[in-house]
Amino acid sequence: MTSPALVAEGLRKRFGANAALDGFDLTVREGTVCGLLGPNGAGKTTAVRILSTLLRPDGGRALVGGFDVVGQSAQVRHHIGLTGQYAAVDEILTGRENLEMWGRLYHLGKATARRRADELLERFGLTEAADRRVKHYSGGMRRRLDLAAGFILAPRVLFLDEPTTGLDPRNRTEVWRAVRSLVAQGTTVLLTTQYLEEADQLAHQIAVIDRGRVIADDSPERLKSLVGGDQLDLVVADAGALGAAAGIVARVTGAEPETDADVRRITAPVRDRMEALTATLRALREAGVTVEDVALRRPTMDEVFLNLTGHRAAAQDRDEQEVAA
Amino acid sequence: MTVLLAPQMPRTLPQRVGWALADGWIVARRALVHWVRNPTVVAYQLVWPIMMVVMFGYVFGSAMTVAGGGNYREFLMPGMFGQTMMFGIATTLMAVTTDASRGVTDRFRSMPMSSSGVVLGRAIADMVNSCGELAILVACGLAVGWRWHEGPGNALAAVGLLLLLRFALIWVGIWLGLLITPEAAAAAWAPLFPLTMVANTFVSPSQMPGWLAVVAEWNPLSATVAAIRDLFGNPGMPGDSWASENAVLLAVLWPLALVAVFLPLSVRRYRRLAR
Ligand SMILES: Nc1ncnc2c1ncn2[C@@H]1O[C@H](COP(=O)(O)OP(=O)(O)O)[C@@H](O)[C@H]1O
Ligand SMILES: [Mg+2]
Repeated sequence: MTSPALVAEGLRKRFGANAALDGFDLTVREGTVCGLLGPNGAGKTTAVRILSTLLRPDGGRALVGGFDVVGQSAQVRHHIGLTGQYAAVDEILTGRENLEMWGRLYHLGKATARRRADELLERFGLTEAADRRVKHYSGGMRRRLDLAAGFILAPRVLFLDEPTTGLDPRNRTEVWRAVRSLVAQGTTVLLTTQYLEEADQLAHQIAVIDRGRVIADDSPERLKSLVGGDQLDLVVADAGALGAAAGIVARVTGAEPETDADVRRITAPVRDRMEALTATLRALREAGVTVEDVALRRPTMDEVFLNLTGHRAAAQDRDEQEVAA
Repeated sequence: MTVLLAPQMPRTLPQRVGWALADGWIVARRALVHWVRNPTVVAYQLVWPIMMVVMFGYVFGSAMTVAGGGNYREFLMPGMFGQTMMFGIATTLMAVTTDASRGVTDRFRSMPMSSSGVVLGRAIADMVNSCGELAILVACGLAVGWRWHEGPGNALAAVGLLLLLRFALIWVGIWLGLLITPEAAAAAWAPLFPLTMVANTFVSPSQMPGWLAVVAEWNPLSATVAAIRDLFGNPGMPGDSWASENAVLLAVLWPLALVAVFLPLSVRRYRRLAR
């Protein structure tokens, strides 16, 4: 077995009285994608900033590509790519000029930097906007340009901090495809996200982070089974039938469903997706309950959290902290 | 998609210097492109000193007397040159804080580039900017009747002292810029303004109350301005304090001291940002 691409042991970082990382442990194997899943304020960005040498930990140790992020930061920087949470692009330059500049700063020759810029613009759907100033780009376009810059070299370890937040589904798919192609070439990726769906799509390993600590670290399959697999959402036509329908769902799925009377919705975790779906619908029809809408989906971050920690991701007050920070 | 691998890390000292210069040039060129595409920013930067020349030279100038006699506008221009070098620090601050707040600095810092390259690039760009500013201000001075009287050699030496001061202030600006926000940088002129006034720029310290005169005489800006008045042959009788009598020496020592302190501080600050 090869040595891991990334190891963090007991990383700690405080900002004043607030512990952003509080004993953060993580190991990522070479050539795999690790999804770091957590709500706002959980410490994802802090972890990425420490691992990419931008921030010095107060305690603990981390190796990236076998190099210590504190003692050998220059070597670490030679082997990583970083796309931060907020687009770090030059507003006054055009998209093409941005990529050429970053390419030159990666010490590519002029012609190579230009060719690479063209390739990436094409790849991220920015060819048409290539010669417009970034100032006039939409949020999604900036985000894609920022990502493109992180892909200029094929780094050994690529850090992506919430790479698809604020992107529409088409662009999201494009980003996922680009990440997959890099992984196929051997790059190790640490990607932070607030969406289980995204981690599930890309990652070989999902680490759930809460209050600066990894609280679950497993394959997507095992993690999902840990939190109860997929979720079945049903909307019944008649609010009066909600109680009866919930009883039927409970019997068929063997799990205690949650009901939301306002939107006449019943939600239950299911293990075997298709089997549960057909069996539930059949049982409801036999009982004469009209189903208006039905959906099978991955659990949301909130549901994962509820299952793992017994508390909801305290997104609201953490949101405020984020704004204040 | 082609795969490009990370470049070899520079090993020897010449290689490292080569990287720093190459990176510095790319970073500087970016800043110059910014100015070319935002000429209003540069124009705005220039309106200020020109306005000051008009205000002090003509509005207040008639009521001003030069200690030791002489034309007030001839006395004023070296002060204006010095003040402009001093205000240049605001340009540095604005650029440095903007990059830091937009995450551009973080991207630089996460890349395998020379960390002295980034700060060097900033310095090159700001020096180019200041040379341009100085050239326009000299033209403006010539238009209002200011002249140099001690030959082109001394005049060039005076320009050299001005640029030396500006060079020293770049490092103060980079260091400070890595500490504060763009909002604070936008307000930088407020503390800068008194710093450029409590000096020999507009009136001679000998015409100020005692304690203020001492501060004014030891102000680094005063050393440069007194020295260039001497070199240009412009009026302005220096006082009889040690600082005034050794203006040229101080005009060299002050900037060198600032560079010696703030250059390493800013490179260090840049490397350890947010730690
Ligand atoms: N520079 C900073 N100064 C003060 N507090 C910070 C700073 N950066 C992050 N924090 C705090 O640390 C915690 C973790 O933040 P962060 O790593 O950004 O979380 P995430 O990326 O998961 O949203 C939050 O409570 C945040 O407010
Ligand atoms: Mg974050």
